[in-house]
Amino acid sequence: MTKQLPFAITLDPGSSLANHTGSWRTLKPVYLDRLPPCNNACPAGENIQGWLYHAEEGDYETAWQVLMRDNPMPAVMGRVCYHPCEGACNRGDLDEAVAIHAVERFLGDQALKNGWTPDLELLATGKRVLVVGAGPSGLSAAYHLRRLGHNVTIREAGPMAGGMMRFGIPKYRLPRDVLDKEIQRILDLGVKLELNCKVDDVPAAFATEGFDAIFIAVGAHLGKRIDIPAYAAGKILDAASVLRDMETGIEPPQLGRRVIIYGGGNTAMDAARTAKRLGVDEAMIVYRRSRKEMPAHDFEAAEAEEEGILIHWLRTIKQIDETTFTVEKMKIDADGRPQPTGEFETLEADTLILALGQDVDTSFLEKVPGIVIASDGVIDVDAQMMTGYPGLFAGGDMVPSERTVTIAVGHGKKAARHIDAWLKGEAYEKFEKAQLAAFENLNTWYYDDAPKSVQPGLDIVRRQTSFDEVIGDLDESNALFEARRCLSCGNCFECDNCYGVCPDNAVRKLGPGKRFEFIYDFCKGCGLCATECPCGAIEMVPETI
Amino acid sequence: MFKQMEGSEAVAKAVALCRPEVVCAYPITPQTHIVEGVGALVKDGTLVNCEFINVESEFAALSVAIGASAAGARTYTATASQGLLFMAEAVYNAAGLGLPIVMTIGNRAIGAPINIWNDHSDSMSMRDAGWIQLYAETNQEAVDLHIQAFRLAEELSCPVMVCMDGFILTHAYERLDIPTQEGVDAFLPAFEPVQVLDPDDPYSIGAMVGPEAFTEVRYLANDTQLQALKLIPEISGVFKDVFGRESGGLIHEYRTEGAETIVIALGSVNGTIKEVIDHMHENGAAIGSVSICSFRPFPLDELRDALTGAKRVVVIEKSLAPGLGGIVASNVRMSLRGASLPVYTVIAGLGGRTITMTSLQEVFEAAAEDRLPDLQFLDLDHGAVEHEIVRARRTRRSGPTAEHILRQKAGGLSK
Amino acid sequence: MTDRTPQTIKFYQTGTHTVGNRLLDESKRTVQASMDRSNAITSGHRACQGCGEALGARYALDTAMRATDGQLVAVNATGCLEVFTTPYPETSWQLPWLHSLFGNAPAVATGVAAALRVKGRKDIKVVAQGGDGGTTDIGFGCLSGMFERNDDVLYICYDNEAYMNTGVQRSSATPPAARTATTQAIGEAPGNVFGTGKNMPLIAMAHNIPYVATASVADLHDLEAKVTKAMGMSGARYIHIMVPCPLGWGTASDATIHVARLAVESGLFPLFEAEHGEVTKATKIRRRVPVEDYLCIQKRFAHLFRKDAKDIASIAAIQRMADHNIERFGLLDGEAPS
Repeated sequence: MTKQLPFAITLDPGSSLANHTGSWRTLKPVYLDRLPPCNNACPAGENIQGWLYHAEEGDYETAWQVLMRDNPMPAVMGRVCYHPCEGACNRGDLDEAVAIHAVERFLGDQALKNGWTPDLELLATGKRVLVVGAGPSGLSAAYHLRRLGHNVTIREAGPMAGGMMRFGIPKYRLPRDVLDKEIQRILDLGVKLELNCKVDDVPAAFATEGFDAIFIAVGAHLGKRIDIPAYAAGKILDAASVLRDMETGIEPPQLGRRVIIYGGGNTAMDAARTAKRLGVDEAMIVYRRSRKEMPAHDFEAAEAEEEGILIHWLRTIKQIDETTFTVEKMKIDADGRPQPTGEFETLEADTLILALGQDVDTSFLEKVPGIVIASDGVIDVDAQMMTGYPGLFAGGDMVPSERTVTIAVGHGKKAARHIDAWLKGEAYEKFEKAQLAAFENLNTWYYDDAPKSVQPGLDIVRRQTSFDEVIGDLDESNALFEARRCLSCGNCFECDNCYGVCPDNAVRKLGPGKRFEFIYDFCKGCGLCATECPCGAIEMVPETI
Repeated sequence: MFKQMEGSEAVAKAVALCRPEVVCAYPITPQTHIVEGVGALVKDGTLVNCEFINVESEFAALSVAIGASAAGARTYTATASQGLLFMAEAVYNAAGLGLPIVMTIGNRAIGAPINIWNDHSDSMSMRDAGWIQLYAETNQEAVDLHIQAFRLAEELSCPVMVCMDGFILTHAYERLDIPTQEGVDAFLPAFEPVQVLDPDDPYSIGAMVGPEAFTEVRYLANDTQLQALKLIPEISGVFKDVFGRESGGLIHEYRTEGAETIVIALGSVNGTIKEVIDHMHENGAAIGSVSICSFRPFPLDELRDALTGAKRVVVIEKSLAPGLGGIVASNVRMSLRGASLPVYTVIAGLGGRTITMTSLQEVFEAAAEDRLPDLQFLDLDHGAVEHEIVRARRTRRSGPTAEHILRQKAGGLSK
Repeated sequence: MTDRTPQTIKFYQTGTHTVGNRLLDESKRTVQASMDRSNAITSGHRACQGCGEALGARYALDTAMRATDGQLVAVNATGCLEVFTTPYPETSWQLPWLHSLFGNAPAVATGVAAALRVKGRKDIKVVAQGGDGGTTDIGFGCLSGMFERNDDVLYICYDNEAYMNTGVQRSSATPPAARTATTQAIGEAPGNVFGTGKNMPLIAMAHNIPYVATASVADLHDLEAKVTKAMGMSGARYIHIMVPCPLGWGTASDATIHVARLAVESGLFPLFEAEHGEVTKATKIRRRVPVEDYLCIQKRFAHLFRKDAKDIASIAAIQRMADHNIERFGLLDGEAPS
């Protein structure tokens, strides 16, 4: 039936689609992915926002797989990483940072519980790479090199893999079954591990054994010593040894009734807390600066104090006479340095544990041509993490850097990429970083107020008397809650706001996982989509025409 | 079946026979009895499938009708006088949207001064709104015109006003033949709108039209009226076939054969005119009359044909275009373009003033001798207006004219 | 172990504030989030950039379309919405739509509803819509009549607080102190007068009609819930939606939702529902702001913030209006309407 509608007064539906209002536009919206501050801050280069995205959906396995692209040990990392990501988290400006570490740990534990294995396509390259040292950096490098299809052998001088994860971090922070399982999962990818096997002759490994590249990451295990005038010295130990003996010794170290730990780093806290657990009556920390300047993380000091450890701030040990320690009070000068005051007091202790930092044992590299060893014992590497000896790469605590497990893991990944490129005769091209998703880019109205989920803690008596893990797991619902606190900074999370707020219907929704596109024929460039985008994933740019 | 009844009641019954689906009502004298009647028929179950809606104003009444008609319902309302003016905007709108609403006008004067009695000022004010305007000469014709009006409106998709003189017809009791329901059903097909608000075919009605198409829209509005010129006699013919009665059409001629003087008028005054003509014929006068039933569209050709051979035309009209004179007369002159016979305008019956046979005969006789001025007010109290003109000139703050004339006529003093 | 109360999972990343959310069950997302929303007003319309009314009308009508399964007719008063959607030869509407006059939309809708009823089409619902001028001024009589008869019509007023289509003249919905083309920001009392106000939702409530609500383009979930609720009811219903006008208010085109939100959060535009004349629910203010935050980003109030001559008295008077609303409707947590 042909309609005989009144002329001009009556119009066919939707006929305005013939009117392309896009010509009005002077500014044009474009979608972009900005760099979330957590990702930017992660030393291991994790795509945190990326894996939280999947965790938010309850798809923990995919989340874990995304995580595993950058980090082979999420269960470890979720426990021991000092999470600089959370310090950078934009949610911190809103209420509290997302407990990224807790979700990471949850995912790591889920993987162990369910026996997930990383998705990878092994394209055998036929290249052989030797990794020296089975610490976090070495394990990470081995894992990533394996993912890239290389044959990897790890040689570890000690009796167990894990490096400082095992010998530096007490079990109450990192249960050993977790560590063992995550290491085993790396080995299960076909990485060969040789324990009690010290590499002394690097050039020979290339020449005789035919390795195509070598990555050395032997860590920093030598406890620093200090000279203290002692009339009759009591027992003096170093923290690294104490913690190592906890793992390898037949019996736990004998510390007496009272212990002084000297130092203000995380190792000092770990040593003190270990001593407490070993049954000493009194564990005291002596540190020459104040809480503000201590290198330990505040939560570690706080946890130590909760467990009854007394911290003597602004004190240096001047003299030891059997069990009597003379300490001098210090004050912090304008430059933040401790200065002696001339005031003294005494403390009583049976054992002194020095926790003054650790050095790298690089003696085996001294004869390798092209290697440059700095005065503090660390090794110089170039931007590709290669030493002066072609094909020899180094990372972790033995190169100049902050010394954390996460940085070490990051080094491993970075080295693996450069080694892979070097093996192919190429140079690894780093992605250009996207612009940072700043808090100002967000429209926080759309996020509900939600304080951080608190991980359950072990009760204090068991903390003081056992090596049980102090910090508990998030259960599934809490982990999900926490994941969903993510603001998805700079990355579209398909909230449909742009699609909904456009007065001109100039946004096309492409369906789950496919995001949106602008219909520039109709977009008038009002900018509502960009302003109302919660996560700052739309930018208005001047129209070119 | 003939029955003695009031004009309004008869119209209500006729409207009900047309099975309107939505009827809007707002009271205004003298049409009130009509909608009261329809309402009663809805309420007592005589008229089924009809929504009778009491609204808050005439503007709302026609607006409700617009919505109902656009949604495909046969729609009716009635008004008069100030009410028609209050709905003026909607009157134009209904026509512009091409909605076949039928509306009765119980013709009445427009204030100020407020006056509830009959003349044609109200419907004349809306003559160019795009509606078809039919004027009933008798209550029987009013009944019949309503039935024809629905068919006409719906065939053309154009609203129709059926104008009937207030009180003179609306309140007059007469012996009337109300058609049967079967007859009306046979005559009036079901309403099939050309456009309707329908979710299955969701077009937009009532667009904004700019200079690029507005002229064409108006041209088409005129064309609709021209189509009506053909359709009105056709429908009248069908009506006669079904009901056996002449009713409606464009014009009614009375004794125009050989008439030198032809009187033209709208509505009920034609009855009086015919009586005067009959009387004058007894004295050998060559006089006849034409009653215009369809004022819009205006039957230029039919009127010219009817006036061929006449030597003069006298238009008796119940409205005034101040500053010009007669409205109907001006229209009549259009149909006589090229001819040179005089058209006398006699303004009569304003505000309900009785039009007497004596006065009409005097006018017609004067016309026959071409003694009439171009514009004359029938039975004007010359003394009163001259006194008032003088008084108003004399006194700056002269006060209300109407009240002064009333006082003067009552013998009171005026400054 | 530390005892922790089990926490109910909520979608904190987005709460219920965004248009959609992939984490929410499909049924709990807004109509606007849906790929198959009806787009009752489609692209190509001639509304200004960032038009709140274009947005509000699509929000409301898409919701009504969903609620009625597409069996909907819209009647439109003259105004911006009518003009920018239907200039010959194109219309943006995708539902049966009728425009008659400026002041008669409620009555026209009554007629449509009557026709549908008599034709037995109870499945088709009628929405009438107009701007604040068409509603609170020129169409007021017809609207009141429609209410009083309890006709089966949902009337939606898109309130942008002035006659925008004709060039920003004052309406009875224009707030005190606002500059319009007929309330210039000059003289001793610049801007609109501090009158007694004409609160259309409260007037609607005085008719005891089944449903009255206010809504804002800043709160889509609230708006859709109200329209859905209204569409599920019969009789006369009224929803008053605040739709900022970048042109008339002097706000940036991307600030439309932001400024609407500030109106709500300051208390100047309370979001509430009423049934049969009684307030049944008020939407709580989430992050309260002083009215100054709302006023200072609008050029129509710029004269209140002149350098060295800030109009503290007027701002305080407007703040009192907001405070009064907050008290009257119980807009803060823990407050019941007084």
